[in-house]
Amino acid sequence: MDTTTGELARVHDLVARATGDEKHEESSTSTLDALWVLYDRVLRVDPADPDDPERDRFVLSKGHGPVALYAILAAKGFIPETALDTFMEHGGTLGSHPDRTLVPGVEASTGSLGHGLAIAVGIALALRADGRTEPRSICLVGDAEMNEGSNWEAVLIAPHLGLGNLTMLVVDNHSSTPDMSPWTERLGGFGWDVVAVDGHDRDALEVGLRRRHDRTPVAVVADIPPGEW
Amino acid sequence: MDGMRAAFARTASDLLDEDPRVALVLAEISVDGYLSRAVERHPARAVNIGIAEQAMVGVAAGFAMEGFHPIAHSIGAFVAERPYEQLKLDIGYQGLGGTFVGVGGSYDYAAEGATHHAPADAQVMTAIPRMQVFAPGHAREVDVLLRATYADEDPTYLRLAAATNPEPFDVAPGRLEVVARGAGPTVVAFGPMLWPTLRACAGLDVTICYATSLRPFDGPGLAAVVGDDPVVIAVEPWYEGTAAAPITSALAHVPARFAWIGVPRAFVHAYGTREDLDRDAGLDPAAIGRRIAEVVD
Repeated sequence: MDTTTGELARVHDLVARATGDEKHEESSTSTLDALWVLYDRVLRVDPADPDDPERDRFVLSKGHGPVALYAILAAKGFIPETALDTFMEHGGTLGSHPDRTLVPGVEASTGSLGHGLAIAVGIALALRADGRTEPRSICLVGDAEMNEGSNWEAVLIAPHLGLGNLTMLVVDNHSSTPDMSPWTERLGGFGWDVVAVDGHDRDALEVGLRRRHDRTPVAVVADIPPGEW
Repeated sequence: MDGMRAAFARTASDLLDEDPRVALVLAEISVDGYLSRAVERHPARAVNIGIAEQAMVGVAAGFAMEGFHPIAHSIGAFVAERPYEQLKLDIGYQGLGGTFVGVGGSYDYAAEGATHHAPADAQVMTAIPRMQVFAPGHAREVDVLLRATYADEDPTYLRLAAATNPEPFDVAPGRLEVVARGAGPTVVAFGPMLWPTLRACAGLDVTICYATSLRPFDGPGLAAVVGDDPVVIAVEPWYEGTAAAPITSALAHVPARFAWIGVPRAFVHAYGTREDLDRDAGLDPAAIGRRIAEVVD
C-alpha cells in the first residue's frame, strides 16, 4: 500500500495548477510516478539544504515535460507553490525546460536532448574523486531521447569507468520512431545492469531505483503505455 | 605543434599534482606520449574516455558542477566544433567554467586534410557567451595562460598551434603587448602570427602589437596606441576577420580603417605541410608583407 497516495494526489493538483489543465500537460504524465518515487522514497535531498554535498544528484536529461518535476519540487518544499502559477510566463522561473540557475533542486539546465547522461557520468566521477561514497548520480532519459548518439557515448563509457554510483532511468513511453527495444539486451550488452519495471508501479520503481552495485551502473527501464507523454 | 602540446601536457600534469580540484578529461588524443602517466597517477581525476568528444565535454561539465576545474583536450576541430552544442549548453548556459584545449590550429594537420582543420575554432568559440579564447604563440605562453585561467569562473578555449614564435613574451590574459612603435598603421598579430608579421614588417614604419587574447580582447590597450587616424591591420592565425568584432568595437569612437589578413574562408582541398598551406593561403611572411605594404601605401 502506498502510504503517500494523498500526497501524490496533491502533486497532481499542483501539476494542474501549473498547467491550468486538469488533464495535465501530456509530457508530464509518463514521468510523474517515477519522479515521485525518486523524490519521495529514493533521493537523499533536503529542500532546506539543496546544495548539500552529500545529497544525491538528479538530472532530468530530456528536460521536456518538467511540470511533474516542478510540482514535486513544490510539494517537497524546494520551491514555493506560487511559482507554479507563472509556469512558462515572462518573469517566472519555471520554463518549459528547467534552468538550474533559476530553480533550487534542479541540478542541470536541460532541454536539448542527449546532454544529461554524460553530465551525470561526470558528476558520478566527481563524487568518486571526492571520496563521497554515499551520494548517487541519477539521470532520467526518454526512450526517444535515446535516439541521440551522444547518449550512447555515455552509455559506452559509464561501465568502462566502473560507475556503480550512476543510475540511468529510462522512461519508455514508446515515443521513439525507431524501435528502441530490447533494452535489456542493448544496455546489458554495454555492461549495464538493466532492470525493467512497469513505469506506474511505484514499488517496483523503488526497488529498481534503490539498486546499486560497486562498479556496475544500473539502468531502470520504466515502461509506460504508448500514448502517454 | 609538439612544442605547445608538450608544454600543455606538462602544465596539465603539474596542475593535477598541485591542485586537487583539477580534473582532466581526454578523448584518446595526447594520451600516448603526453598524458598517460598523468592518467595513471590520478585515476580518479584524470580519465581517458575514448573517442567520444561530446561525452568529453559533458563529463567535464559534471566535474565542474561538483566544483572541479576540468581540462578537456583533443584535436582542435574535435574540441571546438564536434561537441559545439555541449560547449554552448553543458558549459556556457549552465554557468560553468573549464578549459578546453585544442591541438592543431587551422591547417596544422595539413596532410590529414580538411577533416582535421579548424580555422573556425576561435570564431565559433567567441559565439558562446562567457567563453574566453586564447592563442599562445610560444610553448612558454601556454603554461602562463593555462595557469592563469584554469580556475576561472568563465570557461576557456586554448588554441595550441604548430607554429611558434622564437621567443616568448611576458603575456597575461586580456593584455595586448606593444612590440614596436611606428608612425604608420598598427598591426595586431595574434599568437604564432607574430613571427611572420615581424619578418613581413621589416623596414616598415608601423606599430606592431601582439595579442594572445581574442576574448577578453584588450580594447583599451589598442585604442591607446593607434593614434588619431587609426589604420589597423590584424594578422590572424584563423579565418580572416575573426578579430573584427573586438577590434572594431575597441575603435568605435573614431573613424578608422581596417584590414584583415588571415586564413581565407574556403575549404582546403590540398595536402602537404603547414608551410605549403601557408603559401597557398598567402600567410607566409613575403605574402603578409605585400598585403601590409598595400595598406601602408
